Amino acid sequence: MSSLRHRLALLAALGAAAALLCGCSTPAAVRVRPWQRAALADATMNPDRDPLGSTMIEHVYFSREAASGGKGVGGSGCGCN
Amino acid sequence: MVSARPKIPSPPWWAAAAAAAALAAVLPAQVAPGGALPPLAAAGLAGDVPDTGGKVVLVDFWASWCAPCKASFPAYARLDAAYAARGLVIIAVSVDESASAYAAFVARQKPPFATLRDPKQKLVAQVQVPTMPTSYLVDRAGRVRFMHPGFHGEQTERELRGEIEALLGEKAPAP
Repeated sequence: MSSLRHRLALLAALGAAAALLCGCSTPAAVRVRPWQRAALADATMNPDRDPLGSTMIEHVYFSREAASGGKGVGGSGCGCN
Repeated sequence: MVSARPKIPSPPWWAAAAAAAALAAVLPAQVAPGGALPPLAAAGLAGDVPDTGGKVVLVDFWASWCAPCKASFPAYARLDAAYAARGLVIIAVSVDESASAYAAFVARQKPPFATLRDPKQKLVAQVQVPTMPTSYLVDRAGRVRFMHPGFHGEQTERELRGEIEALLGEKAPAP
């Protein structure tokens, strides 16, 4: 039992070390922090810069697929407030 | 027939404690009411830090690319006009990496209060603002008393007025 406990402890320690070392598993490394969103707030990041073009593409999809909706998820912005 | 299930040993306390300590080291603590902001004079900010000794200080983190920040400046200008004479100091810290974007914003807004820039985003990373903009109201003793994540127009301005009035009414700590 003692050996199993030691093995589990070693595994937990190794897991924690791997999580820290890879740098990808911590929210600090993954999440774009609120003050780092200048590029996301740029106008060029907006996928809907041409409303007329978007409307026409939507119309094509609607005609072809006989379905509408499912569109309109925001694509850019600083996520402020 | 009941078969005995093998007992799974609980993880050792020190492994859990080590993992928690490592995470705490990676994630800096967020400044919250009751705490204190890092000293602005030592934060490597571009610009002159005004004297805040014994005064009520409103520290606002903003950026030129942040729309609510733009909306907040006229409100802070009104607060400055109303309370600066009574001991309020407003310091607006920009997190803009682009010096030209910062300068253009300040030139357009012409704020009557102090604006500084955190060019390496060092201070804002220490403070860990939860959103842009975020303002911290610091009392005369240097303690953060109120925090406003985001700027919600008249509502935020109204709340700030009440809090500033309350803090200005408090006595300055003995030197």
